Amino acid sequence: MTAMLEVERLEKRFGGVRAVDGLSFHVDKGEALGIIGPNGAGKTTVFNLITRFYTPDSGRIRFMGRTITHFPPYRLARLGIARTFQNLRLFKDLTVLENITSAHLTGHSYSPLSGIFRTRKHLRIEREARENAMMLVDFLGLGGKEQTPAGSLPYGEQRRLEMARALAIRPKLLLIDEPGAGMNPREIKDLLTTLREVKERFDLTIVMIEHQMGLVMNVSDRILVMDFGEKIMEGTPSEVRKDRRVIEAYLGEEPV
Amino acid sequence: MRFLLESRKLILLAAGIYVVLKLLFNLGIVSEYIQQITIYVFIVVLAATGLNVIYGYTGQFSLGHAAFYGIGAYTSAYLVKTLGLDSVFALPATLLAGGIMAGLVACVIGIPILRLRDDFLGIATLGFGILVRVFFDNSDRISETLGGSRGFTGIAKLTSLETTFVVTVFLLIVTRNIISSRYGLFWRCIKDDETASASIGIDTTRMKLMAFSYGCFLAGVAGALYAHLYTFLHPSNFDFLKSIDFLIIVILGGMGNIAGTIWAGLIWVGFIEGLRIVLPSNILDLRWVFIPLLLIGLMMWRPYGLMSRKKGHG
Repeated sequence: MTAMLEVERLEKRFGGVRAVDGLSFHVDKGEALGIIGPNGAGKTTVFNLITRFYTPDSGRIRFMGRTITHFPPYRLARLGIARTFQNLRLFKDLTVLENITSAHLTGHSYSPLSGIFRTRKHLRIEREARENAMMLVDFLGLGGKEQTPAGSLPYGEQRRLEMARALAIRPKLLLIDEPGAGMNPREIKDLLTTLREVKERFDLTIVMIEHQMGLVMNVSDRILVMDFGEKIMEGTPSEVRKDRRVIEAYLGEEPV
Repeated sequence: MRFLLESRKLILLAAGIYVVLKLLFNLGIVSEYIQQITIYVFIVVLAATGLNVIYGYTGQFSLGHAAFYGIGAYTSAYLVKTLGLDSVFALPATLLAGGIMAGLVACVIGIPILRLRDDFLGIATLGFGILVRVFFDNSDRISETLGGSRGFTGIAKLTSLETTFVVTVFLLIVTRNIISSRYGLFWRCIKDDETASASIGIDTTRMKLMAFSYGCFLAGVAGALYAHLYTFLHPSNFDFLKSIDFLIIVILGGMGNIAGTIWAGLIWVGFIEGLRIVLPSNILDLRWVFIPLLLIGLMMWRPYGLMSRKKGHG
């Protein structure tokens, strides 16, 4: 197994708070890693460090053997790291289709002149972007909403649109931040099916932050437990479920 | 020639408008003054479209647009005067030079200031606008030709209805095509959410710089047309109030709406010049009371612009 993502001794402080404190972990190709931990444990900060929305104070991040610690966010996306956001960050005034085509078009370039004079290349790439977007619209059950502004979709569909947009850059690694937040048990069940299908179909490696135990235990091959910016433990879902430290730090006294 | 084919409806419409205007001009129905104002409307629309690209589409708040309009005007006027290029055939080249100069300056100052957001960017562009105004005021120290605070005089009159019409229509179609290409889409993404834009692989710095430079390029070309229409430039033509004029047109027409900008340019220039005709000269200065009142009313009832379908607060 080759490691797709390797994180070594990653550190980030905000003022006096060590948000991420010497964290190391790796994700193998084709694996699904779940990250759990109480609120404020530093989970989202890890995502923001990997995608370089924050600059790490120290440590190293490698993606497919390449050190990417200091790459700007847009380059990471083009290398194949996609993410979704905890609080949803759609292009609200753009239509569903535009949200997805924009992501596709970042990886399929034509020159401004080609755009001005509507060359054959421009038309072909635009057509491919639309076709690919339609495929993702169907796949994520957004059919019929193509021309709806993203901001006026119901919450559950916004979540799925964000997933579609992330998939449109053809990522190798997908970082998903709390996909189940604010969903009812039925929606969680659908989400679980979707995540499995997505992983299979797009040959993805997934890192997922999630609070819904049912979801994270079912999707992940391996789980990393964080607290106070550090790794408390790492193991298979069943190992994590039994671990005393995890129960104390996160799950409370009741076993899941 | 897909460019012409796909735009044939617009080109036909533009040709129709041209024929009507030309007839009105030639039959002596409208005065020379009105003719000049008509040409001026196209120039204002072109410059305002540039600001619409920057602010309306990409969300980069600029209070210094008139500076780039001025840079284009002075550049073209200077080239024509010093190189003796006072023929209509050289005009495309000097218009282009005016536009490119404005675009280059925008690129150079854009690199440091475009990382600022919203009001901060507004203040920075405002500062740049003042700087350029001061430069024009003292330009006679660099070259007597530029005239400094006395103004730049004796510029060849090269701008006609035809040149303005062709240049404006062509650049509006070019702009529309860029807007509907991946670049326009990325600009709208950035306006909506810069962080999300970067997360899908948009090089936000480069795209913002591109929008800013292109928008200022349009202002530069418009400024060059203006220089050769009025044949006299004064630093006060390119001050803060002029920037506000363009901003008002963009907001009036609706952010990210080119057709709206065209209408708003027409209405705005028509309104200001119309008041000049309608109002008796002793209360002419009251224009500057009516106009702000109109703007306050507009912001209360149609905050998304006159041409927008959106109403109220969103």
